[in-house]
Amino acid sequence: MKKEITGVMIYYYKVCPRKLWYFYHEIQMEQGNENVQIGKILDEETYKRDDKHINIDNIINIDFIRSQGILHEIKKSKKIEEASILQVKYYLYYLQKKNVSGIKAKIDYPLLKKTVEVELSEQDVMEIEAVLEEIETIVDREVPPKLHKKNICKACAYYDLCFI
Amino acid sequence: MKRSYYIYNNGSLRRKDNTITFTNEYDEKKDLPIERVGDIYVMSEMSFNSSLINILAQNGIPVHFFNYYSFYTGSFYPREQLVSGNLLVHQVDHYSDSEKRLKIAKAFVEGASYNIYRNLRYYNGRGKNVQVHMDLIEDLRWQIPRAQSIQELMGYEGNIRKTYYNAWPTIIDQEIEFEKRVKNPPDNMINTLISFVNTLIYTKVLGEIYQTQLNPTISYLHEPGDRRFSLSLDLAEIFKPILGDRLIFSLLNRNQITQKSFTKGLNYLHLTKEASKTIVAELDAKMQTTIKHKDLNKTVSYQYLMKLECYKLVKHLLGEKEYEPFKIWW
Repeated sequence: MKKEITGVMIYYYKVCPRKLWYFYHEIQMEQGNENVQIGKILDEETYKRDDKHINIDNIINIDFIRSQGILHEIKKSKKIEEASILQVKYYLYYLQKKNVSGIKAKIDYPLLKKTVEVELSEQDVMEIEAVLEEIETIVDREVPPKLHKKNICKACAYYDLCFI
Repeated sequence: MKRSYYIYNNGSLRRKDNTITFTNEYDEKKDLPIERVGDIYVMSEMSFNSSLINILAQNGIPVHFFNYYSFYTGSFYPREQLVSGNLLVHQVDHYSDSEKRLKIAKAFVEGASYNIYRNLRYYNGRGKNVQVHMDLIEDLRWQIPRAQSIQELMGYEGNIRKTYYNAWPTIIDQEIEFEKRVKNPPDNMINTLISFVNTLIYTKVLGEIYQTQLNPTISYLHEPGDRRFSLSLDLAEIFKPILGDRLIFSLLNRNQITQKSFTKGLNYLHLTKEASKTIVAELDAKMQTTIKHKDLNKTVSYQYLMKLECYKLVKHLLGEKEYEPFKIWW
């Protein structure tokens, strides 16, 4: 059964294709992982005055939107920033498809007290469309993509599943 | 770190705001911090309310019940939070395809009997002469890959266990009566111990399965429906020798459990409360013992080995990597 590609899947695509495959096939490993728990607390305890968690079609889940039409994504660290940026660009892309224009985006790192602005260019749109196609081919595979050890593996909730 | 809570005193278990409170017969209260509770073992008379069941379900905490005779009554297994339709389809497929099923079942027997063999080898190296039994088991193990059916495989497994149990009087220093394994109800000290410890291991494995996407009712060696969560029986086979049997040997050889650990006049059917407490405490200590894992290159607890066994099974079912049972490697 085909599933819609969500923002998290875009993020996982950049992080690791295996993680994407497992996640798509509902093998979730995040429960109990310390980094994930920190992320959850961060999500609950920051920007409390804003109206948070705007879920659109179960495809994208925006952390919060501020008055001037800026959507925000909260992240714990900058380690995998490229993936975070693509995830947020996908939000903008999805909204654009829905004819929502004039929206900007920011990634907030409350622990680092930093903010990064994200915009969607025409080139980004092309990249996202290519990524969506690639995601389809990855998740359509019978088995997960081959394991390639990276530095980030150690911190990943899927580490034990991958390396056992 | 989540842990198991064992409740031996009568009383009530209730939800209090977002945590749980145990109240004993004398109205003394004790709070259990919900974030720290892995599972709860109820070994006594206890009353509950439905708001407690709700908070247990929300937090994914299974509760295991034992009756007065330390017999396992059953578990409260909260609604599955981790479900994968895709994995379930594979799990069923590996059951209904007899070739695929036999392959997994063989792996379980292979792992269990290897660990049994290693137990004997360990004690043989410590002055208990069980060489005869080791040789016999080695012969029987040789047959496992050739089994054509689950029945045949079960036959080899049964013979391995029989031979194994025959070696127990040599391993155990205490003068005990142990002719053969009898269940429902057990008929002597050893059988009562085996039943109790094996069920504890079964519940521990069940708790680990719960934290994965595996469905605990679909099993391969045991027939689904033998007991409700038969996959737990399958995986427990592998851990019974190294966790359960070794525990029984050491409890008896250190005289932590003796004839006095059983209620008088009940034909060794009933463990005293003190004895039962000793056993669960020793098993828990064992479960938390860590070893260096050779594939993961980090230290893991015995309890975590059970979860890893689930992961390996997941990978096998998805067709990613063939399942190899846990075999003691040190």
